[in-house]
Amino acid sequence: MANKYVTEAARQQIGKAGEARTVEVERGAIRRFAEAIGDANPLFNSEAEARHTRFGGMIAPPTFCRSLSAAIPDVKLDMGESFRGLDGGSDWEYFEPIRPGDRITVQSKIADLRESSGRLGPMVFITTETSYTNQFGRLCALQRSTAIRY
Amino acid sequence: MAHKQTYFEDVEVGQEIPPLEKNPTTQQLVKYAGASGDFYQIHYDKDFAIKNNLPGVILHGALKNAFLGQLMTDFAGEHGWLRKLSVQYRGMDQPGSKVVCKGKIAKKYSENGHNLVDCEIWLENAKGEKTTLGSACVMLPSRHPAS
Repeated sequence: MANKYVTEAARQQIGKAGEARTVEVERGAIRRFAEAIGDANPLFNSEAEARHTRFGGMIAPPTFCRSLSAAIPDVKLDMGESFRGLDGGSDWEYFEPIRPGDRITVQSKIADLRESSGRLGPMVFITTETSYTNQFGRLCALQRSTAIRY
Repeated sequence: MAHKQTYFEDVEVGQEIPPLEKNPTTQQLVKYAGASGDFYQIHYDKDFAIKNNLPGVILHGALKNAFLGQLMTDFAGEHGWLRKLSVQYRGMDQPGSKVVCKGKIAKKYSENGHNLVDCEIWLENAKGEKTTLGSACVMLPSRHPAS
């Protein structure tokens, strides 16, 4: 059966990229994030303690990337005004630590658009891929998140 | 460092990861909104949440993702490294009730000189229902590092 919302025309939005943004990572922002999630790990909280670790200083907790305000490209679907949204989940890959003072370039793109029919009618799955690259051009983290509209 | 180091030789398939209990409050949701920049009102405005057919304010999925991240960075320790972390949200959680992050070792292997452990992870509510499912891959140090 043909998709109701994810039509061939709608699928042309796959690959659409959001504006790349470069954000400077503040030490205080890492600490506030660690405090907000209730993670007392000294690596994320204390420069004095983290200095003596193999990292040589504080690093950011794994999901700190979310605070770096990725510009998610808008996906247009003919669903009217009344659709509801859900966060489906995320897949992360980590390559390099993010440290205070790093300048991280954040870039998102639409990686996939799918539709399936469920108990609640047609559901649209929008997968966004976001890369987090440091000032040395090294990829620190890759995030694939799925938003659901129905 | 406060955390005890886990070594590759110490873990076996089927072994449980030390669980992490969290007791999120509405105050924590507000702190998380501020720290992450996610200001969707269903996480701190009860009237707004109820108007959206929710039982009240609910936890950010991303906060549960962060809790499961902590489960794994605690397990990996200073000399380990969290390589992959996946979460799928299956149910809502509300503040004022505990959630527990749990996991077990699914696979243990070496690849390109790295000692890797794949884990099945999840988050349970107070009734023992799994409201978030996921998986993770961590690199662990060896007790006998190759020189």
